[in-house]
Order: sequence, then structure tokens, then C-alpha cells
Amino acid sequence: MRDAFVKVLTELAPIHPEIILLTGDLGFGVLNEFAAQFPRQFVNVGVAEQNMAGLAAGLALEGRTVFTYSIGNFPTLRCLEQIRNDICYHEANVKVVSVGGGMSYGPVGMSHHATEDLAILRSLAGMEVYAPTDLWEAAEATQHLVESRGPAYLRLDKSAAPPTRREGERFQPGRIRVVREGADATLVATGGIAGEAIKAADALAGQGIFCRVLSVCTVKPLDTETLARAAMETGGIVSIEEHTVEGGLGGAIAESLMEAGIAPEFFVRVGLRNTFSSVVGSQRYLRGVYQMDAPAIMKAVLKKLSMKAEVPA
Amino acid sequence: MIAATQDSTRGLAGRIRSHALRMTSLGGSSHIGAVFSCADILAALYDGILRVDPARPTDPARDRLVLSKGHAGAGLYAALADRGFFPLEQLWTHYQDGSELSGHVSHKLPGVEVSTGALGHGLSVAAGMALAGKLCGAEHRVFCLLSDGECDEGSTWEAALFAPHHALSNLVAIVDYNRIQGIAPVAEALELEPFADKWRAFGWSVREVEGHDHAAIHAVCRALPFEAGKPSCLIARTTKGKGVSFMENTVLWHYRTPRGAEFDAALEELEGLEGSKNLEGRP
Repeated sequence: MRDAFVKVLTELAPIHPEIILLTGDLGFGVLNEFAAQFPRQFVNVGVAEQNMAGLAAGLALEGRTVFTYSIGNFPTLRCLEQIRNDICYHEANVKVVSVGGGMSYGPVGMSHHATEDLAILRSLAGMEVYAPTDLWEAAEATQHLVESRGPAYLRLDKSAAPPTRREGERFQPGRIRVVREGADATLVATGGIAGEAIKAADALAGQGIFCRVLSVCTVKPLDTETLARAAMETGGIVSIEEHTVEGGLGGAIAESLMEAGIAPEFFVRVGLRNTFSSVVGSQRYLRGVYQMDAPAIMKAVLKKLSMKAEVPA
Repeated sequence: MIAATQDSTRGLAGRIRSHALRMTSLGGSSHIGAVFSCADILAALYDGILRVDPARPTDPARDRLVLSKGHAGAGLYAALADRGFFPLEQLWTHYQDGSELSGHVSHKLPGVEVSTGALGHGLSVAAGMALAGKLCGAEHRVFCLLSDGECDEGSTWEAALFAPHHALSNLVAIVDYNRIQGIAPVAEALELEPFADKWRAFGWSVREVEGHDHAAIHAVCRALPFEAGKPSCLIARTTKGKGVSFMENTVLWHYRTPRGAEFDAALEELEGLEGSKNLEGRP
């Protein structure tokens, strides 16, 4: 996803000279080409994220389209007050980009796991939140951020779901995409972990259980209409996110459906439950440990449907 | 730009103090001591140093001022209203229900570039503005007025590292060095000395000035940038609460609101100052 982001930004930088990319001294081997091609649109600000966010606000107030780039929680939680006061309150045109959503940086450890960012960033007034599920969404979301105005957060995952774009499909920011049809249950996923949801849905389909799978690239503003339809038309909703279940995608779905007066038959949030990721392992391994991989999703669905079926090991 | 004289700056400084005293008293807000310590700096800035035009507050060619010590917002509001950025009457709504004039400075007012209040934010934003100006070859300057207390914030020093590295000679940091922070003297809370040396070591061109001497402030600002290719830092030695004897050099008046007899006594002292007569909008 990171490469898709950099590729699009590199393509658009010459035709959008107002773009400026700030990095907090990360992106070795990734941003080099951008830096070499556009030296006047690139600044390595050093390991100083608070300053990066403040600089971004100042540059944006002067008409620039600013991307701040770092990994994990560094461009978000480390400088949250600057994002809140300097960027959001001034409606500054700053796009905060974090590489390494969820547990992308698995064995590196919890310091590098972004597992509260969606909840925290979406609570900021005026802040839009994007967490692409596949490479196409990552590229399209990047282009959208270049062309849109105002604060936004782009969470890029190391993993990506397999391509789900239908032929001729156009990216619609703010809309949830239906990537599998079904009525027995709905799996709603954001970020690369949507790949696990698709895997679970395909395995369940082999057993005659058909799940709708929704790909949520835009976490805020949330597409309540598509969610409401899923709640009314399918047997229940499972939210899936590589993130704490509190306040993230699951929380956002619950809020929007409750406010719309629509209750699904059942509702399960798959994600981290009041725990930090303290086990060492790859992103894939950790998804298993923390019960958010395809088998865990299948179990959650089957339990709610009170059915026994074969769950692959 | 208007032609400044010592008298005109002294007059503006007196009005800033009188207006701010009324505003904080009416609304019941804090920080009058912090306003008084930078009132002369604000007066000099708005009396000839800043190239700003109240009729065109968003003119791209204007000089920018980021008031990083946002708790002195009453002083900036007073200066801007006095210069005609918005009506003087608006000052008397300060800190009250429905007002646009929040206790910490708000960019909803014409002439205010950035809302601040959380300390240690302003220099980064100002550096971003200065970088933008430098990248497009603009000639305007970006000033940032900081408190000494917010030099405790690590983010201030992140920005202090950045500006010289990028040779932001269009950036001017002015520190209101009154040596008293929120609840204690700087020397007790967190020592900043050797203060000027710290800025120099970070790569700034540093001057020090008596922060209540209008002629000295004007003179030093005529020399901006202090050195080619470097950001400028002006450390203004000031007295917290300057202008009202019982507020000077006390921690108390960082938070205390002047009311009743204290308000009357303060106003009497201020009205004795040359230039603070003919006050408008007296409540």
C-alpha cells in the first residue's frame, strides 16, 4: 500500500505543485525517488513529529497541500494535539499518512503497532479517515486526498486484500464497497485485514453459508446507508479491524446503526479487546493469536448462527 | 505601514494595557500579567514593524504574526482593534458568552493568523509559514511571539532546530522573557539560562533588548534579519505585569482577575501613563 501511495503521489506532484511531502525521517528507499525528483516538494523534517504537524499546518495555511508521512503512531498519537489544534481547528489542508496500520510491523513490537489510531483520529472534528483494504483503494484514496480539501488521515497497511475492484468500477470516497454478496451475515472490514474477511467468506460459502463482505476504505464519514441495508437484509453483522474494538470501525458501525434506529440480528466486533499486542510475531501470526484471522472470523459467524461447521486450522 | 514615533508606540502600548485590563476584568479571565509583559512588544509590532493593512487582513504580502503565547490574546485583540482590524466595541465581549474573543487567541478574528493556547505550538506553525514563503520567494516576514514558559516545551526546540537548518531568515522569534511562568519563577520551575546561548547554539542569530523600550525594539527590528541566512531570535527582557506596580514581578497576576478596588487601582496607574487617555468603550 505504501508503494501505491508513493507511486500516485509521484505521478501527481508535477501537476500539483502545491503538494509538499514531509517525512519524520522515515521512508528509507521508498521516498528517495520522490525526493530526488521534487526537491522543492519534499522535506525530511527529522525525527520530530510535533514540529512536522505544526509545520504542516503553517504550510497549509499558506496554500500548500501537505502530506505528513511516518509510521505507526508517530504521525498521529505522538503529535495529536498539533493535529487537533493546529490542523483540524484551522481546517488546514493536511493529509496525515501512517504506514503500518494495525500490527503491520508485527515482530517490531507494540510501540510500532497502530491499534487506536482510527478511534482517536475519527473523533477529531473535520478529520476524514481512510483505511484502504486493497492496493487499488490505496491508490485511489491517495488521489482523492490530493484533490480534496481539509484534514484527512490515511492509514496504510502492509498487507492488502486481494484485488476486489469490479471491471469499470470507479472509486467513490465515502462509500462502502460490496465485494462479496450474501445474506446469511455481513462481514464489514477496514484495512488490509479485509483479506481475512474475504477468505472467511469464501470458506463459509463452500459450506453453504453466504456472507456479504463490505470493504470500508472511508471510516469517516461512514456510509450508514450501506450498513443499514446490510443490517436489514442479512442475518447479522461482524466488524473486522486490526485495531481495538473500542471506538474503531466496530464502534462507528454501532453508533451509526443505533442512531439510525436499526438493529442487526446480531453484532460482533472482531479486533483487539482491551489488550496490547505483546506477543512477538508476524502480522499474520498475530492475527491468529488475537483472534482476528479468517478462522476466528468464521468461528464468530458460526457461533452466532448457532451452526457447527468445519473451520480450517 | 504607518510612521511610528516613540509617542505613537507609547500611546498604543498604553491603550493595549487599558483595554486588556477592562477585558479581563469584564469577562473574568486570567493572564493580565502576561499581557502587560508583552504589551510594549505588541505595540511596537503594530506601530510600524509589521507590514499589515487592516483593510486587507489576508493580503498575501502581509507580514504574519503568530502569537504562540496565546494566553496573551487580550493584548493582541486590543492591538488589532486599535489598529482597526475589527471594532473596539467587540473587545468588551471578551471571554463572555457568545463572544468570538476567547481567552486564548482565536483566528476567527480578522488579523489573528493562528489560534493558539496550548503552549509550544506557535513556532512550528510559524516555521511552516516561513518555509512556504521562502519556497515561493515571497518577501514578507513571519514573526512568532513566545513566552519563556513555553520554552519548556520540547516542541519549541524541535522548531528551533528546524528553522536554522532551513535557513529561514524570514522567521523572527521574539521571546517575552519575563522570568515568571504559570505558578513559579522560571529559575525555580525550569531554568532556561544560558538562554540566548541556547538559541545561538541551535543556529539562530540572537539579539537581546529591553522589552519595554519602544525605541530599542524599533531599532533592533530595523536590523532584521539579524544575519543573512539565519532565523532571528529577539529575547525581550520584560517585567511580568509591567505598568501596574502591584502586579509587577509577581506570580499571582498570571491567573488573578483584577476586580473591584484592584481594578480601580490598576486603571488609575495605567491612566497615569502617557497615551492611555481618551479611552474608548469604557465599560
